[in-house]
Amino acid sequence: MANLKELTHREDRLEGGHRLCAGCGASVAVRQVLLGAGVEPVVVGCATGCLEVSTTIYPYSSWKTPFIHNAFENSAATISGVEAAFKGLKAAGKIPADKKIKFVAFGGDGGTYDIGLQSLSGAMERGHDMVYVCYDNGAYMNTGIQRSSATPKGAWATTSQVGAAQQGKQQRRKDLTQIMAAHNIPYVAQASISHWKDLTTKAEKAFAVEGPAFLNVFAPCPRGWRIPFDTTVEIAKSAVQTGYWPLYEVEDGVWRQTVKVMNRKPVVEFLKPQGRFKHLFASGNEALLEEIQADVDLQWDRLQARFSCS
Amino acid sequence: MPTQKTIAATGNTVVAEAMRQCAPDMMAAYPITPQTTIVEEFAGFVAKGRVHTEYITVESEHSAMSACVGASAAGARVMTATSSQGLALMWEELHIASGMRLPIVMANANRALSAPINIHCDHSDIMGARDTGWITLFAETAQEAYDNTIMAIRIAEHPDVLLPTMSCLDGFITTHSIDRVCIMDDETVTGFVGQYTPKNALLDIENPVTHGAFAGLGGPFFEFKKSQREAIERSRAVIKDVGAEFSELSGRPFGMVETWGMEDADVAIVVIGSTAGNVRHVARQMRESGIKAGVVKIRCFRPFPYAELAAALSGVKAVAVMDRAESFGAEGGPLFLEVRSALYDATERIPVIDYIYGLGGSDVRLELIETVLNDLSEIAAGAQAPTGLVYLGSR
Repeated sequence: MANLKELTHREDRLEGGHRLCAGCGASVAVRQVLLGAGVEPVVVGCATGCLEVSTTIYPYSSWKTPFIHNAFENSAATISGVEAAFKGLKAAGKIPADKKIKFVAFGGDGGTYDIGLQSLSGAMERGHDMVYVCYDNGAYMNTGIQRSSATPKGAWATTSQVGAAQQGKQQRRKDLTQIMAAHNIPYVAQASISHWKDLTTKAEKAFAVEGPAFLNVFAPCPRGWRIPFDTTVEIAKSAVQTGYWPLYEVEDGVWRQTVKVMNRKPVVEFLKPQGRFKHLFASGNEALLEEIQADVDLQWDRLQARFSCS
Repeated sequence: MPTQKTIAATGNTVVAEAMRQCAPDMMAAYPITPQTTIVEEFAGFVAKGRVHTEYITVESEHSAMSACVGASAAGARVMTATSSQGLALMWEELHIASGMRLPIVMANANRALSAPINIHCDHSDIMGARDTGWITLFAETAQEAYDNTIMAIRIAEHPDVLLPTMSCLDGFITTHSIDRVCIMDDETVTGFVGQYTPKNALLDIENPVTHGAFAGLGGPFFEFKKSQREAIERSRAVIKDVGAEFSELSGRPFGMVETWGMEDADVAIVVIGSTAGNVRHVARQMRESGIKAGVVKIRCFRPFPYAELAAALSGVKAVAVMDRAESFGAEGGPLFLEVRSALYDATERIPVIDYIYGLGGSDVRLELIETVLNDLSEIAAGAQAPTGLVYLGSR
């Protein structure tokens, strides 16, 4: 795997000058993932969302590589079509048989966990040689911080508000990484922008496998999380250290923790700095905090059991 | 003229055959009655190694058109087929395919839209998609479905056009009935459709382009839409030329409208699709009893042949429009609205009566068409035209 020095010499395929917010985790995720593609050409697909609108304002584009945006729910289907076209054009002799191109689709958690889940599941099941990357910031940020099925329980969002009758989102988040592992595709991993080496290594593996690969990348949103824009990486690191976002991979069915967490910290260390969880620290919500901690513990233990099994 | 083989086959079989001969690089397939046998027959060509096509069996029609958009932007020749609910599920993608100027060719087996659910023919699916920016051809017979599919490739991929094109055939009536069809040999079709040379292909790695950019925030969205209008207007000449060239090869004439008996007609029926055969048959019979009836069949609905229709109908005394779709709350069905608009500039005001018929596959018996021509004949002789639309054959 490439070291930091080598990575710094690789070309950035997402050019600066785009309109993403200061401190946005999405662009960090994209750059680290694309560094993992190495020197091979990459075609990028992107779901409607912050990443797409902020990087392709006509007549400008931040993409130094072929790029396609189609709609919100179909980034996976779209890139699966591009990959299929590549195979068909090779079969027709219109593209040399030895030509190599990588295909990657990006989507936020709204475009992946929710509206794009069917399209993603279908593309993975069909076995296209592509990588799907979800940049998970835990809400529909582009439309203004609405809850998604990736939003953590208890979080404030504009459609899961805080008041006398309810304390933020009422439901647990969906575990998309495990859903994708259940597709029995060659490579599935959960990563975070705070652990660049782990993430680029996973991206390298995802691009290297023949067939579909899925990466779920933790990518904080300072606007939506109500945190200072210079704390993106810190808060992502805290998610890993508290066990809220474990870093692991499932390679050919073998589950492996890629970043060990010694002395796992209480989840409040991840929650407390974020304005979207502020209400949880008001008196009367102690039980809710305990419940969130218990849930992190339960998920953590279940995951550890999977690691020890395989 | 190149040799042709006459076979007995269903509309869907010959559409699949035309698709094989057009040699798409990619096809996305999803089953829906009554389209399914198209993608099934194509799957047979794939299994036998008779096509080079990368054939992907997607998990919905939305993904079918999404994947077609990706593949077409990649630079491939792309085809697919759908019907009814499938077309409706694609609706968002239909606009994106035309907005991104991707020459995808799709067959649509015309079928009623739910609710209530119904699997039989009407035109509510395609008429609901009439403003999605697709060039839209209609077939009366399996032969026309075969011919239109091949011509669609040439029209869509023409550098002056670059618009997705739909080839529509009536569900069950045309898709599943066995008909006599002349099939061209592979070499002739290969030569006719030629190779697709994409512009700005995604797979042209050395020249990276961004597809599907954001044109809001005061960007040129309006101008993009204007250029789309200009492209579909340019397609009129291309459709005509491609049709003429195809006629030379096949011996089968093609025009955006096809007329029968219009030279001296007093009354005329405007119709789309499979019903045209019955309408011509009844018109021929009625001529024997002294009613000078003519028939105008629309083969291309988008772009709509306003000038051709106005010319064909000039001089008649009453016109009936046969609409196989509703436009609830409008003055009549979608075809009626277009026909009346086409006649607006005529010097003589011609009475135009809308007949909604055959919804959800309800029978279009010959005697129903007779009543239409009798009505028209009376109106031509001075009787009062009905106000509002007429339901033909509803219980």
